[in-house]
Amino acid sequence: MSTRVPPGTFAAAALIARKDLAIEFRTRSAFLAAIVFSLLAIVIFFFAWDATAVNAVDLAPGVLWVIFTFSGLLGLHRSFGVEEADRAIDALLASPVDREAVFLGKALANLLFVLGVQALAIPAVALFYNLPLSRVLGPLVGIAVLAAIGLVSVGTLFSAMAANTRLAELLLPVLALPFFVPIILPAAQSTARLLSGRPIAEAMSWLRILIAFDIVFVVACALAFPFTLED
Amino acid sequence: MTTPVPTEDRRNIDWLLTIAVVAVTATFIRAIFFTPAEALQGLAQKIFYVHAPSAFIALYVAFGIVAVSGALYLWLRDERLDRIAASAAEVGVVYMTVVLITGPMWGKPVWGTWWTWDARLTLTLFLWFVFLGYLILRGAIEDHGTRARYSAVLGVLGALLVPFIHLSVYLFRTLHPMPIVLKPGRPSLPNSMLATFAMSFVSFALLFVALLRARYRLAARVDALVAEEEFEPAPMPNLRAEPIR
Repeated sequence: MSTRVPPGTFAAAALIARKDLAIEFRTRSAFLAAIVFSLLAIVIFFFAWDATAVNAVDLAPGVLWVIFTFSGLLGLHRSFGVEEADRAIDALLASPVDREAVFLGKALANLLFVLGVQALAIPAVALFYNLPLSRVLGPLVGIAVLAAIGLVSVGTLFSAMAANTRLAELLLPVLALPFFVPIILPAAQSTARLLSGRPIAEAMSWLRILIAFDIVFVVACALAFPFTLED
Repeated sequence: MTTPVPTEDRRNIDWLLTIAVVAVTATFIRAIFFTPAEALQGLAQKIFYVHAPSAFIALYVAFGIVAVSGALYLWLRDERLDRIAASAAEVGVVYMTVVLITGPMWGKPVWGTWWTWDARLTLTLFLWFVFLGYLILRGAIEDHGTRARYSAVLGVLGALLVPFIHLSVYLFRTLHPMPIVLKPGRPSLPNSMLATFAMSFVSFALLFVALLRARYRLAARVDALVAEEEFEPAPMPNLRAEPIR
């Protein structure tokens, strides 16, 4: 940006996302933690059930979505926690960009974070649970992206709120998990349909909930975000 | 906001709360002694007179007040709206807890199970979690303006969440009885039970209003005291352990 004209909303959002991802790429702290957490959870879940009584294919959808939820929370904690150090958030708010752009940038960085975790966790679950991944990969990626959009839109907003409270990161799961129900439930149900070889049309009513949730909450959270910042 | 602090307030009897408590007691007496027992469910059905009105008031009235006054607060920035929302959330949690305790007590003898993952039970449970999160959020913020804005945002988003949770848990199966009173055509309750139900509904609604009013007054008094002692904030009853961030 050599000109003095402030960037538009989307350009500013892209800049903020790039900043967050650069921090994450250079430290790799949260991403590595989320990946290791996912692998550990995959292994522990397997041993928590009786493998002779429950089919791995029946277990896999639940495991996948529980892992994505909690590893996503790991990334979302960091999103505004990193801005609280040295009050970096003040500089961000003083910059000539819309508050909505800050939200979109943060959410975009979080989305890429969650998608990155999913890109590694889905093959890992397929490997350990012996899933027919190649057959369902396309629709599964679609479901994962739809669910990730919902998770990060709500999660980014609540992360901004939680960072400003006395409980900080302890508050995020308490606030966010009830809101994740209409994401995890459709995602896990349609994943289960896919993995048991049913046609995707059977999961359409679930997918419709997921799509509607994404539309409503991306808009609502972007509109609500300016209210969560100090005036 | 400088609400005058009524100093003699403590000695005055809250007449509305008194009437409400008397009305609820009268309802219990009527429900237990002067209303016929249901033929199939027996005495267990008496829980209905506590369970159904509490559920309606908690799910529709309390949640509605929290969401609407939250939205209005973000628009008008009037502290009173925030106090109303906070009071409705607190009383609503109490009512919803009553629903979640009486539900399993009724479910065990009638359905044969304490809990079932039915659409309405699940929705109630998750709204209870949203309410609890709301109160925990309020307890974790010191600054008045921030607390009001954050809880308003959560209240509005919570209202948006309701149809989604409802739809997604409804796609699971449902075991809960469909509406008995508010349905097209005549209510399927005999007149004697309907009268008791109407009475319980009115008395529980009255109790809700009375508790809301009492809680609102308390919030107004606390705010007035804090405004008075601007330099030395008045100690709040709980959540004081952590240093201020």
